[in-house]
Order: sequence, then C-alpha cells, then structure tokens
Amino acid sequence: MRLIAETLAARRGEDLIFSNISFALGSGEAMVLTGRNGSGKSTLLRVVAGLIRPAKGRVDWVRSGAGALQLPGEVSHYLGHRNAMKPELTVAENLGFWRDFLGDMAGGAGLSAEEAAERVELPALLDLPFGYLSAGQQRRMAFAKLLVAHRPVWLLDEPTAALDAAAEALFARLIRAHLTAGGLVIAATHQPLDFEATQRLEMKGFQYAEMEEGI
Amino acid sequence: MTESLAITKFSDLANPTRFLALAARILPWLAAVTAALFAVGLYLAFTTQGDYQQGDTVRIMYVHVPAAWLSMMCYSVMALSAIGTLVWRHPLADVSHKAAAPLGAAFTLIALVTGSLWGRPMWGTWWVWDARLTSVFVLFLMYLGIIALNRAMDDPSRAARLSAVLILVGFVNIPIIKFSVNWWNTLHQPASVIRLGGPTIDGEFLRPLLVMALAFTLLFFTLHIMAIRNEIWRRRVATQRRMAARLAGRES
Amino acid sequence: MGIIMTALLLRDLKLSIRAGGGALIGVLFFMTVVAVIPFGVGPDLNLLARIGPAIVWIGALLAALLGLDRLFQTEREDGSLDLLLMQEHPLVLTVLVKCLAHWLANVLPLVIASPLLGLFMNMNEVGIGAVMLTLLVGSPALTFIGAVGAAVAVTLPRGGLLVSILVLPLCVPVLIFGVSASYAAVEDPAPFLPPFLILVAITMFFAVLGPLGAALALRNGGD
Repeated sequence: MRLIAETLAARRGEDLIFSNISFALGSGEAMVLTGRNGSGKSTLLRVVAGLIRPAKGRVDWVRSGAGALQLPGEVSHYLGHRNAMKPELTVAENLGFWRDFLGDMAGGAGLSAEEAAERVELPALLDLPFGYLSAGQQRRMAFAKLLVAHRPVWLLDEPTAALDAAAEALFARLIRAHLTAGGLVIAATHQPLDFEATQRLEMKGFQYAEMEEGI
Repeated sequence: MTESLAITKFSDLANPTRFLALAARILPWLAAVTAALFAVGLYLAFTTQGDYQQGDTVRIMYVHVPAAWLSMMCYSVMALSAIGTLVWRHPLADVSHKAAAPLGAAFTLIALVTGSLWGRPMWGTWWVWDARLTSVFVLFLMYLGIIALNRAMDDPSRAARLSAVLILVGFVNIPIIKFSVNWWNTLHQPASVIRLGGPTIDGEFLRPLLVMALAFTLLFFTLHIMAIRNEIWRRRVATQRRMAARLAGRES
Repeated sequence: MGIIMTALLLRDLKLSIRAGGGALIGVLFFMTVVAVIPFGVGPDLNLLARIGPAIVWIGALLAALLGLDRLFQTEREDGSLDLLLMQEHPLVLTVLVKCLAHWLANVLPLVIASPLLGLFMNMNEVGIGAVMLTLLVGSPALTFIGAVGAAVAVTLPRGGLLVSILVLPLCVPVLIFGVSASYAAVEDPAPFLPPFLILVAITMFFAVLGPLGAALALRNGGD
C-alpha cells in the first residue's frame, strides 16, 4: 500500500496556493505537514482527499495486490476543521450513522460506537445530543469517528486544535496505534504531536520562481 | 404591607419549584372538577331539545362555541404572559406562553372543524369564507406561526422574548384583522347566503352552553398548568444533560 | 449498499423531525399562501372552485421549494458534505436518498394537507382527489429539480432565494401537467390519463437527471 503524490499544484480561485509537491508514503508511515498559516496545508489535505482537483500533478493509491482501482479519497478518513457531526443527534446516533454509512474497507474492521467512545475516553456521553458537548469533547468524538470504520489512510487537519494536553496525548496514542496496524497518516499541525513522523513536509507556499515555469 | 405581601406571593409563584409543588396539589382537584362539569354539560347537551330548524346538528354548538371562546381567551392569556416576559421578565411567563400556543391552536382547530361540520348541512359545502370563520382561521394561522417560531430557536429565553413580541403585535392586530375581514366579506358577500348565528339563543340552549363553556375553560387551565409543568421538566432534563456532559469532561 | 442508504435515509428523517420543525413551516406556508387568495379574489365560491386546483398546485410548488436550500447547506456547514463526497459508493445514489428523505419529511406533509386546502377552495371530492393524486405523483419531480438548484447554491451564503429563482422556471412543466390533469378529472371533455402519464414520465425523468445534475454540481463546487 502506497500513497504517491507527484508534482502537485493547487489553486483556490485564481491564486496558486502551492506547487511542485511530491511525496510517497508507505504502510505504517506518517507525514507531518508544517508551515505558517496560508501555506496550503489544508488545501493539500483536501487535494489528497479528492475534494479539490489539483491544478497539476496527481495523487495515486497503489495497492500491492492488483485489486480494484480506488481513489485516494475513498480509502481515507478526513478530519477537517469541522467535525461532521450533527448537533441534534446523540453521539451514539452520529457514530452509528457514520459506521453504517462509511462501512469497512477490506483489511480491517471498525469498532462499535461504544468501543470507539471508550477509546476516546468519553463513554458516558454516548446518549447525549452532540450539541451538548463542549468543544474539546466534540473534537474527541469526531476523532472517534475515525475508529468506527476502517480506512488505511488518515488525513488529519489540525486534529488537536482547541484540545488540552491530556487529549493531545490521547490522539497521539491513537495515531500510533493506527500506524502500528499498518495505516498511513498525513497530519497538518502547529503543535508537535507525540508520534514518530517518518516524513516532514514544510509547506512554504507558492514562490514566484515557480510561476515563471508556467503552471 | 399587604401590597408587598401580594408581590411576594406573586414572585413565589414565579419560582418554578414553587410552581411545580403548587401544580401537583391543584391539578387533581382541577381535573376532577373539569371532568364533573363535562359530565353535567354533556348530559344537559344531549337531553335538551333539538332546534326545530337545525335538528340535532345544533348540539355541535355546545362544543363549537366554547372552543371558539377559548381560542380567543387563550390568545389573551398568551398576550398577558408575553407582557410578563417582556416587562417583568418572569421565567414562568416565558414558559406559560410557549405552553399555551399549542393548546390555543388545538382549540381553534376544534372550533374550525366543528364550525365546518355544523355549516355543512346549512351551506351545502364544508367551508364558506364567512367573516367569523375567516377571522378564526387567520387566528389559527397566527397560532401555528408562533409555534413554528418557538420551535425554530434553540435558546429558550431568546425564543420566549421574540415570540412574546410577535404575540403582542398579533394581539394589537386582531381587531384590525377582524374589522378588515368583515369589510372584505360585506363587500363581496351576496345577500342570499345564510349567515351564521341565526336567531338569538333561547334559554333552553343557554344553560348547557354555559356549563360547557365553564368546563372547557377549566379544561384549558388544567392542560395549561400540565403543559407548563412538562416544559419546566423538559428544561430541567436538558440542563441536567448539559451538566452530565460537563461532569464527564472533568472526570477524565 | 442497502444498509448504507438506509442509514442515510433514517438519519435525514431523524434530523428533519428534531431540527426546527421544517415540515411544519412548509405546511404553514402552504396554508397561508392558499388562504390569502380568497382575500384577493373575493369569497365567491364558484370562482374559488374554478381556480382551486391551480391555486393549490401553485401553493404546493412554492412550499415544496421552501426548505430545499438547506438540503446540502447544513451538510456543508458541519463538514459532513466532505465525507459524503469522498465515498466509494456513487454520489448520485447518496443525493437520490437525500432527496427521498427530504420529500418524505417536507413534501409529503404538503400532499397530505392538500385536501384540507381543497375544501377551503370549495372544490368537489373528485377535484380534491385529483389534486392530491397529481401532487403525490408530481411533487417528487419538484424535489429532484430543486436538488440541482440546492447543489449549485450550496456555497452561497444566502442561497435560499436564489434556489427558488433558479428552480422555478424548471418546474413549469410539472405545474402544467399537474394542473391540467387535475382539471381533466373535474371537467368532462378533457381526458385525465394523457396529462397524468406525462406527469409520471416527468417525475421519473427528473429522478434520474436531478440527482445526476446535483452530484455533478457538488463535485465541481468543492472548496
């Protein structure tokens, strides 16, 4: 299993956000995206997820067994700035829905909603409406969403923003467990997270020299 | 001295916990009296003579007229509560007009449906745009609008204040609506259409009607107190769930 | 696939029941729009009976478009739309199921309320039945067409009005055949079946085209 990106470039509107980004990530490897605000970390994650079409280059998901061709987005969990949970539904209903809707990919099985809540150490909150939870609790439950369905690739955009140290350590533990199980992680983050990043990509944003190459 | 005592009593009542205790004591009695009055009223309603012109359909009146009366009284209760919300900021007033709106809508619906059933043999159709019916129908739409507004907002105290404004604006508007509907109706209505109401009510009909009106009024207050109690409980459950979320966060 | 789509359908139904009473507002809007017509044209029962089917249909059309702009906007606001877009199962199917849930929760109540409004318009039993039947058959087309508008306007901050403006012209055929089938049922010389079958065909056509268009718009509207 490999996630390969070649000479990626992306635009938002008319502006070129970044260009000439290449990386290759194998099973059990993690990549951390760093860089100042506006350097294109979020955009890169959305490009990998298939939510933004790259202006140039391509992202591929290559599996050793010549199975059905899948897009990188289809084998990925994406945890964006927003939690993708409905405040009107209870936590259990939210997690149960995503468990049924996302479904497991071959090569792993998702946890039940109860187990996932156990993993993020908030089992008592399952029956409360999601909207009643504090911002930190909501973020942890959004993370539990990654556990209810198996996806080899995790795309995490500032996963620990607005979280305390304990929750940060918890997330790092869960990410390490995912890597040990052979998963891939790409995380954009400001705070250093406590897991072994095999690669580091510093996003520098777009440079003028590159514009002259004619992208 | 007496005045200050009255004020203390009043503000005691505004305390939700006191209200719940009081409601628990009053409700059984109120419900019993209501049931008794209904028994008497219905007995009278079915034993008195039918109208020589309308036959048994006249008995619909014993439900229709009290329901129509309540549709207006309920709005007045809501308007009073709305003033309570906006001027004195009573927490109970908020709950009161929110709880009354569905009741008002229900009684108005009963008035409309029974009116239509009553009118069917007289008019030969289920609905005519008679001035009185039309005004009640507009009132029904206003009730539903208030319910929808209440449901559309999460924050209960903000919802209470905004719907209180709507209720008061509506209250001021009711006479204007009534007047303009009458105007509109006489402008269009051909003289041949039979008007609702007919001859003045005979004493024979008046007795059961008064008993039924009283029974309906008490029914409204019974249901209103129950609805207020339920709303207080609902808010307490919501608060406790929020507390549970906060406590769970502290534990871990 | 069955489990996935059932889960989505159930979630959307639950949401529309719990969040803010959208169905209630739709029915209320429907009633209000139909109820103000007599104040304009006067309480002449014969005239009302004559224009009744058209008025009820127009009211239902406007009310059906009312909550449509929220169809994808709520999903986008909390980030769920990203996850809906990323999945392996066809997006067209996801959109179709969302349309179905929206129709069940918001438009079906309008169909159920329509006989009452038929009474207000002094229509006879056959006319009321015909309007209800044509609404039942034709209103899904409104939702499917509306889904395209909702998907196009998903990133706009005040998409609500725009969706109606975009979608109303596209709904004209549905209105034409819905109303003419209703009239055909009441007035003798015109046959009921041809316009009714065309209405059925329009609904089935848009059941395919609507979700396709909406899915295409969602894929291209990404940000």
